[in-house]
Amino acid sequence: MQWETVIGLEVHTQLATRSKIFSGSSTAFGAAPNTQASAVDIALPGVLPVLNRGAVECAIKFGLAIGATLNRINVFDRKSYFYPDLPKGYQISQLAKPIVEGGALNIVVGDTERSIRLTRAHMEEDAGKSLHEDFHGMTGIDLNRAGTPLLEIVSEPEMRSSAEAVAYARALHTLVTWIGICDGNMQEGSFRVDANVSVRPVGQVELGTRREIKNLNSFRFLQQAIDYEVRWQIETLEDGGRIEQATVLFDPDRGETRMMRSKEEAHDYRYFPDPDLLPVKLDEDWIEAVRATLPELPVAMQVRFQHDYGVSAYDAAVLTGSRALADYFETAAQACGQGKLAANWVMGELSAALNKAELDIAQSPVSAAHLGALIARIQDGTLSGKLAKQVFEGLWEGAGEVDAIIEARGLKQMSDSGELEKIIDAVLAANPKSVEEFRAGKEKAFNALVGQVMKASRGKANPAQVNELLKARLQ
Amino acid sequence: MSLTPDDVKRIARLARIETSDAEAQATQGQLNSIFDLIATMQAVDTRDVSPMAHAQEVYQRLRDDRVTETDRHAAFQAVAPAVANGLYLVPKVIE
Repeated sequence: MQWETVIGLEVHTQLATRSKIFSGSSTAFGAAPNTQASAVDIALPGVLPVLNRGAVECAIKFGLAIGATLNRINVFDRKSYFYPDLPKGYQISQLAKPIVEGGALNIVVGDTERSIRLTRAHMEEDAGKSLHEDFHGMTGIDLNRAGTPLLEIVSEPEMRSSAEAVAYARALHTLVTWIGICDGNMQEGSFRVDANVSVRPVGQVELGTRREIKNLNSFRFLQQAIDYEVRWQIETLEDGGRIEQATVLFDPDRGETRMMRSKEEAHDYRYFPDPDLLPVKLDEDWIEAVRATLPELPVAMQVRFQHDYGVSAYDAAVLTGSRALADYFETAAQACGQGKLAANWVMGELSAALNKAELDIAQSPVSAAHLGALIARIQDGTLSGKLAKQVFEGLWEGAGEVDAIIEARGLKQMSDSGELEKIIDAVLAANPKSVEEFRAGKEKAFNALVGQVMKASRGKANPAQVNELLKARLQ
Repeated sequence: MSLTPDDVKRIARLARIETSDAEAQATQGQLNSIFDLIATMQAVDTRDVSPMAHAQEVYQRLRDDRVTETDRHAAFQAVAPAVANGLYLVPKVIE
């Protein structure tokens, strides 16, 4: 039987506010345990939540960026469950009236572009952390994270492969960091993914029973977990078994998913509107003021890059992988006036060097202005591609400005045709066999001669000029 | 609507309240009288009334995104039953 995979993702993004969603405690990561947990965060009796305007603005930004409906009136609910790192006994979340509904995100897998619709995005507070290491047989609780603002972003079950799920998660990661509402740090838990996965026979309309894989904190684990889960579900069904709705965890060491709780054990959250919080009202002036703070979005920038710099759709998508990368490319392209060449250098030489050194674009030792200046010297014929790579190495080592490096290392392309002609004469004299072969009609022999000339000039000859002069001489 | 003894037991379990059968039976009667009250309210025709999240037409006030709290964990932990290394200690929970 042919099976179709159906995937929907729920992503918890930690919002990049200074203070918590309902208290004035700091949200900074890495503080000593419980030093950033106020009376509200640890739920002392009688405390009341007061909503952080910054958290609401993050949610508005997100809604605007994905073309969603912003619910002008949205409501906080209590989601009740008992766990020691949730001191109130309930989490403040939004159920019936979330702040964001609808919207869509474009993803590209291979050559195919798809739009994935979003169901909703709602504000909620994070829980604390439970540390199960041995504290005399007890569990340690750190409530620094309790009350950190989250935006939970829920997609429609529209992805059909792990590759699409990863593409969606990456696009979402790019967007939330791009608009500055989340730092995107997956190691620190700022961007956590839950995947709802089911399979069904191709052609069947009803969805299969889903299992939810919780808390995936890397794109690689997301891919591995879904691939394993899909194989497991198909094998189970083909062996005549049934899928029970369940929550599972992915074990990266063993590369498999395992059951955490079944539907029967699932929580009954008893949602109801939180009487401590009034409905939140978004007025039009506020929404427009927030809209004015949004940067140019990746999709708009991709269109502009193709139009202004003549780069391909694929290149434009790569170059807008992050705001830092897009800004870098644009600065370099403007400095040299050569969009396509700048794109090739940014995605080729520069990316390779950054990968090798395990550096981020923001940490690049070669500035965008320097790369632009380097490309300008290729364009005006001072440098060949090969020489330019040597200059690039100089820039990487911090050897100074482009022209200074060219001068100091004698990397200028040979422009004196008299000097080049001498080299050509010497090469022709030394390779009579190749000359004969070329005259007999062997094109390959010509290339061999070009190579000899380039070698004799120690790479400094202009290849186009060599071709031209050599042809003239051989006729 | 009226509750069965099983419903009462389930609600008690969700609320982590230990209940004897006698208590469950007494509670069943009390809860059912509350449901009778709700049934009376549900008989009111609300077709032209839109649902409200709050009884008054007032909206949430917001605070600026500023850190205003200081570290007071020593005071908070002075009344905690067990602490170690700045952590609150609770009976072991493993999911």
